[in-house]
Amino acid sequence: MKLSELHPEGAKVRIGTVDFTANDIIRFAEKFDPQPFHLDPDAARQSLFGGLCASGWHTCAGWMKCFVPFWMGESKRLAKEGLVAPKLGPSPGFRDLRWLRPVFAGDAITYFVTFLSAKDLESRPGWRINTIRCEGENQDGEPVIRFESKVLEFP
Amino acid sequence: MLHFEDFPVGTRFAFEPTQVTAEAIIAFASEFDAQPMHLSETAGKASILGGLAASGWHTSAIMMRMLCDGYIGESASEGSPGIDSMEWKKPVLAGDTLSGHSSVIATRVSKSRPEIGIVTFRAEVTNQRGEIVAICDYANMIRCRRAGDAA
Repeated sequence: MKLSELHPEGAKVRIGTVDFTANDIIRFAEKFDPQPFHLDPDAARQSLFGGLCASGWHTCAGWMKCFVPFWMGESKRLAKEGLVAPKLGPSPGFRDLRWLRPVFAGDAITYFVTFLSAKDLESRPGWRINTIRCEGENQDGEPVIRFESKVLEFP
Repeated sequence: MLHFEDFPVGTRFAFEPTQVTAEAIIAFASEFDAQPMHLSETAGKASILGGLAASGWHTSAIMMRMLCDGYIGESASEGSPGIDSMEWKKPVLAGDTLSGHSSVIATRVSKSRPEIGIVTFRAEVTNQRGEIVAICDYANMIRCRRAGDAA
């Protein structure tokens, strides 16, 4: 089956939650984004953010951390019903990403996916490019991240 | 310390070459993107990516590190409101050496916070064959220079 058959257009699906501990925030930032407000609580208080907060890329990676097990679960669920899950491939990228609020140490971010549209690839019969909206919100229900991603789908 | 005024359109920062090891690819994927082609050479070879390949989010994070080492670490950066677009153009495979550059494509002072400038950059990440593996248009908030700030 195709992704467009599995998810009605515009239906927002919860895919999981990630706890952002101070340790995880600092560990990610030391490797990939060593800016003071991601590394040092005291320096972070002096910044625009006002407290130790996750690298925006860490917040992005949290979405993927939820999506992969969510999708494996969906594939199993469909198999039990005798259905073949859509064959999703790599993503060619994303657009319009907004980090709407900082993700502070101690926040729990819940992530969502919404199927938006599908387009057939003229160059490869049967292949499609899906557009999905990816979102995350904190424990107070405030949006922290939103972006539109592309996902390849094979026949 | 670099301030907003130090980033006119056309300013370009080069990335130091950095090698992406199999261990780093697997470590990132194990934590954030545990799909077979990011975890094993065999599964990677069998996939459309053609080998053990970094998660696109890993490539993005490596780009971030190259930006930090390239200019952010010595600038009055206050983070980013977002990314206009990120294109993962080619797979990043184990053993690849990435480099590239980031260039200023637009600048403006924030209307709501006149002490902050918003600089739009285009980053291009290339591999050891000179092929572009990622292109990213992103915004960076950078403090404006005040009287008394060191140049």
